[in-house]
Amino acid sequence: MKLKKNIAVSETGFLFDPNSGESFSLNETGKKILQFLKEEKSENQISEWFVKNYEVDQATFENNFNDFITVLQNFRITE
Amino acid sequence: MKPKYTIAVTGLNNTDNPGPGVPVIRALREAKEFDVRIIGLAYENLEPGIYMENTADKVYQIPYPSTGSDELMQRIEYINSKEDIDVLIPNFDAELFTFMMSERKLKEMGIQTFLPTIKQFEERHKSELPEYGKKYGLDIPFSKAITNLSDINNIQYEFEYPVLVKGKFYDAYLAYNPAQVTEFFNKISVKWGVPVIIQQFIRGTEVNVVALGDGKGNTIGVVPMRKQYITDKGKAWGGITLGDENLIKITKNLIEKTKWRGGMELEIIKTHTDKYYIIEINPRIPAWVYLAVGAGQNIPEALVKLALGEKPEAFKSYDIGKMFIRYSYDLIGDISQFEKLSLTGEL
Repeated sequence: MKLKKNIAVSETGFLFDPNSGESFSLNETGKKILQFLKEEKSENQISEWFVKNYEVDQATFENNFNDFITVLQNFRITE
Repeated sequence: MKPKYTIAVTGLNNTDNPGPGVPVIRALREAKEFDVRIIGLAYENLEPGIYMENTADKVYQIPYPSTGSDELMQRIEYINSKEDIDVLIPNFDAELFTFMMSERKLKEMGIQTFLPTIKQFEERHKSELPEYGKKYGLDIPFSKAITNLSDINNIQYEFEYPVLVKGKFYDAYLAYNPAQVTEFFNKISVKWGVPVIIQQFIRGTEVNVVALGDGKGNTIGVVPMRKQYITDKGKAWGGITLGDENLIKITKNLIEKTKWRGGMELEIIKTHTDKYYIIEINPRIPAWVYLAVGAGQNIPEALVKLALGEKPEAFKSYDIGKMFIRYSYDLIGDISQFEKLSLTGEL
């Protein structure tokens, strides 16, 4: 999963897509996922980090993660 | 020391359906390479730009082109005898033809313009767009110009509903059935005359581009934008510059192929499958041009240089993510200003 290369995410979690002019607000979790995607981390690496740092099991995280990725795809933020 | 030019500008109607005059004047007042004296040319005596501070140095009323180009040119001649105009920038679609036809006469008066050629102006008319697309290899939605109500029944064989019903200069409505087409045809034809254009409706996001061509195929400036907030007339009340390279390529390609001369605004629909359809080509600077200035491209300044025979360098970049937000503001005037303009045609 790769983010489009010109997607900008600010420290406050404000995402701007310069191609479409759309902007979005991310919560802490979303911001962290976007940061990992920018760093080109794999789904497994992302999942491991969340399971370790949050009170969440792997299956629940992956379900939610996949939902979030679908949202990113719908908004055409990923390549 | 910078030279000082006297520049006449129309389109001072900074209303909820704004003309480009006021933003063009703002841009010219911020020009880096020259100073300006601005002569506002107004058709109506309540155009806000007449009364705005630091906008026009002097305002003259001019007659509508529909009263005849001779009358308009006589008035310009009179104004020129007082003001010695260097460059004239017309900003209304409905007046462009008259000014283009009078280009030589204006030149004889010492007034320069930088307008599209008659051919460029005529062939990009809404009613001619499909042919234009074929000629220059551009994606343009299918459309048909109709001149009377009986044509409406026939369009069902060529279009799928909904369709867009458009006036030749302004106005566009989305119609879902023949009854709505009839209603909009009547509404538009009363205001703008015929033909009324029926255009295939393309689903997607509308994006706009302001650009300037030097008449030799080169693009001097180009800035794409997406409207973020629109008025009930569909006019931009807020917008943001985009970094979509495809829009820049499409614009440069069009300017190169048509050797476009002057300012232009492209209205484009970007579909969800990343196809780009040009839905309108406006042969003038749009009212949101000040966004381009804010993003680093002073297109009106470059247009003035072209009009004066200079060769401005093409802008190389602009800031992405620059926004504009319009606002309304109550100016306080005095009846004496209105009186002066109404009685003498000057302020």
